[in-house]
This record gives sequence, C-alpha cells and structure tokens, in this order.
Amino acid sequence: MTVFWLLAPIMVIAALGLVFARKAVHAALCLAVVMISLAVLYAAQGAPFLFAVQIIVYTGAIMMLFLFVLMLVGVDSSDAVKETIGGQRLAAAIIGLIFGLTVVLAVGQTVSGVVVGLKAANGNGNPYGLSELLFGKYVLAFEFTSALLITAALGAMVLAHKERLTTRHSQADIAARRMREYAESGRHPGPLPTPGVFARHNAVDTPALLPDGTPLETSISSSLVARGQVRDGFDDDIDKVVEQLDDEPEPGGEK
Amino acid sequence: MNEYITLSLILFTIGCVGVLVRRNAIVVFMCIELMLNATNLAFVSFSRQNGNLDGQVAAFFVMVVAAAEVVVGLSIIVSIYRARRSTSVDEASLLKS
Repeated sequence: MTVFWLLAPIMVIAALGLVFARKAVHAALCLAVVMISLAVLYAAQGAPFLFAVQIIVYTGAIMMLFLFVLMLVGVDSSDAVKETIGGQRLAAAIIGLIFGLTVVLAVGQTVSGVVVGLKAANGNGNPYGLSELLFGKYVLAFEFTSALLITAALGAMVLAHKERLTTRHSQADIAARRMREYAESGRHPGPLPTPGVFARHNAVDTPALLPDGTPLETSISSSLVARGQVRDGFDDDIDKVVEQLDDEPEPGGEK
Repeated sequence: MNEYITLSLILFTIGCVGVLVRRNAIVVFMCIELMLNATNLAFVSFSRQNGNLDGQVAAFFVMVVAAAEVVVGLSIIVSIYRARRSTSVDEASLLKS
C-alpha cells in the first residue's frame, strides 16, 4: 500500500501536467511518468507479466512513436491559445468534475471491499496462468489480435505512403534551374552562405553579415527562425563584457 | 481495493477533460492513451479482487489494441499534417464551412 500512496499523487500530478502542459513534448514526458508508475502498480498487484508488457509496449514502443511523430510534425505545432468555442474550457472542466464525482461515488458504493487476492491464481507463476487463459479460453480473441496487428501495419503503410505528385528532379535539372535563376534574378548558384561569417560569433544561430553589416537571413536554418532562436548579429555580449571590464574599479588603486 | 479503482477513475476523468480541452491532435491522442491506461488499472485491480486472471488478460488485449490504434491514428495525424501543415483539430473542419 505504501507504493500506492507514494505513486498515486505523482500519477495524478503528471496526468494533470498532460492536460496543462503548453508544449506537446512536455505532455508526452508527463504521460511517460504516468505509464511507468502504472507499471509499478501492476507489479504491486500481482501482475508481473503486465508490468513487463506495460514497460515494453507503452513506455517503450508507444511513447517512442508519439515522440517520433512529434519530431516529424515539427516545432511550430503548439496549441492555439484562443478558444474556438466560447467557454469551452470552463464547460469541459465542470463536466469533467461532475463526471468524476459521479463515477467515484457510484463505484465507491458498489465495489465491495473483499479482496480474494491472486495467490491461488498465480500458483504456477503469473505468466503460466495468463498463457493458460490466453491459449485456452481466449484463443479465438488471440487469433483475431494477430489479424488486427497485420491490418494495422498495412493501414499505417497505406496512410503514410506518399504519392509522387511531381516528376523527380535530376541533378542536371537542378543545375539548369540554378543557372536560369542566376540569369534571371541574380541569385548565386553556389551553396548558401554559412552562419557566422563576418559576425562576432560563429555559432549556427548567428546569421552571417553582409558587407554593409546587415544580417543575412538565408545563412541560418529556417527552423531556428521559426522557433525565434536567432541571435541578432549586433546585440553582442562582447560589448557588455568590455563595458563591465571598463567599469570595474582597479583592485590596487594604481595601475 | 477502492483506492486503486478511485485512482483509475481520476485518471480516466483527467484524460476525458484533456480530450475536450486540448487542440493539438497528438495531445488529444495522448489523453486517449491515458484513458486506456486508466481502464487497464481498473482491470488489473478487479482481477486481484476476484482472484482470477481474466482481468489481466483483458488488460493485455487492451494493450494490443491500443498499440494497433496508435499506429493507425498517428499515421492519420501525419497524413493530415502533410495535407494541412497543421495538427490542430480545429483546422480539420472543411466539411463544416
């Protein structure tokens, strides 16, 4: 029971974090906390097989898929702050509160406190007992599960497949297009400038400076621009450091 | 025993509210996963209460179905993102307007 009272608050807080986190990655981490805690609760309730499966399938495979899709979909997919339907959040919170209270009260009145325990059922070991049920009583459902998994895999392949809508550009086409652009608009046919050229830093978030001192946006990655993590070429901490050094009084009073 | 069921119901309710409140399709999906996990906890708890393993088998099947569901759902989200450049559930309202 100690395990339960230790983990229950953590799980509820992490679940609330899933609802309230602004960034989707934070929500995913909160969900991972809930899932790992659930695995421990399974182990505490005489289900060691489900403990392992929960860790492997949920926190291993499913959370991995979620994070993978989050990376694929990109950085600027955060929630819109404004509500589409007025007062939706308040209504949802009230409905959730009423629903939760109703269900908790109803279950609290109906569930009896008598716990048989799994000592007898786990007599030959938990995986043995489970496999006896799985390959005996529930073998048909097990077979359907395999069909379901194959269908899901096929469905994912079909949905994720992308038809090529345009013809494939060969290297010669790209070179011809670059030269045409150079002739028409004067765009340089060579590679893009690297970040940090003529700037005070050579980090990737510092745009290169043109000869007249203006920063060149094309020299840095567009996802850094989307995140707003571009360092301005001019607001430089070197100037601040120099000022600080000038302001500091001399320790000995003489030079 | 009641504590486990109550915790499972609280988690289920939080997942419900999350589905209603959040706009990002991936987060909505994670809230659905939270609800599935909550029901799994109830299954395992009832299995212990009744002294047989049928509840654990049910939880196991829920996990399998959830895995399949996540695969299909996430690929739907990815294909919607490809078409619309957004995963907000409000954007996919072309039938309405």
